[in-house]
This record gives sequence, C-alpha cells and structure tokens, in this order.
Amino acid sequence: MSRGVLRWLIPLAVLPVLALLAYGFWIDPRGEVRSPQIGKPAAPFALTTFGGTPLSLEALRGRVVVVNFWASWCVPACYEEAPVLEQAWRDYKERGVTLVGINIQDKDEAARKFMSQFQFSFPNAMDTSGKVAVDYGVYGVPETFFIDKKGRIRERKVGAVSDETIRGHVERLLAEPS
Amino acid sequence: MRRVAPLAVLLLAAALALGASRPVTDDEVNAVAANLRCVVCQSLSVADSPSETARQMREIVRERLAAGETPAQVTAFFVERYGDWILLAPPRRGFTLLVWVVPFVGLAVGLVVVALALRRWSRPRAAGAPAAPGIDAATRERIRREMEQHGR
Repeated sequence: MSRGVLRWLIPLAVLPVLALLAYGFWIDPRGEVRSPQIGKPAAPFALTTFGGTPLSLEALRGRVVVVNFWASWCVPACYEEAPVLEQAWRDYKERGVTLVGINIQDKDEAARKFMSQFQFSFPNAMDTSGKVAVDYGVYGVPETFFIDKKGRIRERKVGAVSDETIRGHVERLLAEPS
Repeated sequence: MRRVAPLAVLLLAAALALGASRPVTDDEVNAVAANLRCVVCQSLSVADSPSETARQMREIVRERLAAGETPAQVTAFFVERYGDWILLAPPRRGFTLLVWVVPFVGLAVGLVVVALALRRWSRPRAAGAPAAPGIDAATRERIRREMEQHGR
C-alpha cells in the first residue's frame, strides 16, 4: 500500500466512528424504545379510583380500553392531552370504549386538582406502589396504551396523544370482531 | 386460558404465602438493581438513583427475591416488561453481541497495523537502495558491531 493511500485511509477510518457517535447523540434515547408489550395480553390490574370505586381491567373485557398513564407534574404533555382524553371519553363511552387514567408518582391533592381542572369524568386511579406502571413497562408520563376487545395491547403512544391518534386507533380496534 | 389465569394467581399467592418472610438484604437487592436502568433517569441504575420510581422498582426487586425468585428471574421479570433496554449491559447475544466483540476486534486490528508499521520502519533498506552518503563500508560495519554489543 502506498503512503499516499494510507494518508487518506486513516482519516477515512475515523469517519464511520464519528458517524456512529453523531447518530448516538442525535437520537432520543427514550423515544425509539420499542415496547415488547405490543401484541401481548395487557397486564391485569385492580385499583381503586379517586372516587372510591374498584377499577379492574378484567371487568372491561370485551371493550376497547385506552389506558393513559399521567401525573400532575408532567408539564406540558399531560396538560396538552388532558382535554383530548376527556373529549374522546365523552364521544366513545357509549360505543364500547373505556378510558382509564392511571396516575403515577404523584400527590393525591395535586392529582385531584388536575382532574377537576380538566373536568375528568372517566375513571382515574392512583398506582401508589408503581407496580401497574412497571407491568406496562412505563418509563415516563404520559404514555397511552390501546387494548383490544380480547385484552391485548395493540398500540402504545409515548408522549402527549393527539385527537387523531386516539380516534384512529380506537376506530380501528372497534371495527375488529370481538 | 381464562381458567388458567386465576389458578396461576392462586398458586403464586400460595407460593408467596409459603415463601414469604425470607429476609432479603439491601446488598442482594442492589446486586439486581445495579443491572437495571432507572427508567426515569439518564444512564443511572435503579440501585444508584434516588428517584421515587427507582425506589419503587427496588421494592419490587425485594418482594420478588423474598418470594423465592432468583436474581436472574427478577431480571427476566423486568426484561419481559421493558425489553433489553432495561438492562444497563447489553446482552451477549444477537445484535448487541457486537458491542462486546467490536472493541476487541478493533484492538486486534490496531495491534496488527502497529506491528506491520513497526516492521516496515525497522526493516533495513533494500539491497539496491543507495547507502547513506558520507558513510563508508568500514564505518557502517563498526556501527553495526557496536549496536550489536549494546543490544546484548
């Protein structure tokens, strides 16, 4: 190998390494994580809502269930999606869809204030031990899971959920045979 | 399937009731937690993070160990829910095996390159190459002998 080629080859060899580093720093370390939960049966849970009534996934079998993990300190994403969630619940509750809010890492008072601010009328419960969040592989708020009529997790949305996303997934799951 | 689930829950509850009360030390919990990524942190293990989430995850680790699970089973519990992402060290199989292998391959390649370069630089000039000007054969022979002596 001639000296001239070597002179070019050595800096060139650094390029792939630089490219890898640039890619590593560029991507969002959280956004791209694919959940192993998609397609699997949703983990059952039994919680008590802020209103004091029992809330379990088992009891909702046969309905399309949207499970949303949120916290009052989650600014701004949870505040952005809250009105969207409430509206979706009002539009779909008579059509076989249940929206479930699971509040994590929060204070009771702050969570209640959040719910009254957005006039939440769908069932919400606090996951005090954090076990439900771990069962769903939640690593931040907000995260939203779409569960089909057979109780399998079909979609997962990390970050604030938009009106189109909710309606798109819910309509598709509703159209499936039960 | 639907009938099996309550049975499994019952069996697990029974196992928990029987196996409970095994005391688990903080060291045992931390040994497992140190390999798990704190999900709300950046590059921090569940053992090292002071966050509430990490505290709850350590509690889950403790409960499962107390129920008689092995550290590997507890780790598998988290991997099942979060994927390999939850592990701070990528598993030594499949695609992530590359992470373990490439540095050593790189090191080996580097060593070979250095060895080749050293050989090239230290090799005496080819016979046909002109000798350095100003040094006659006798001087060169003396230098060679002296270097040999010093070399030993």
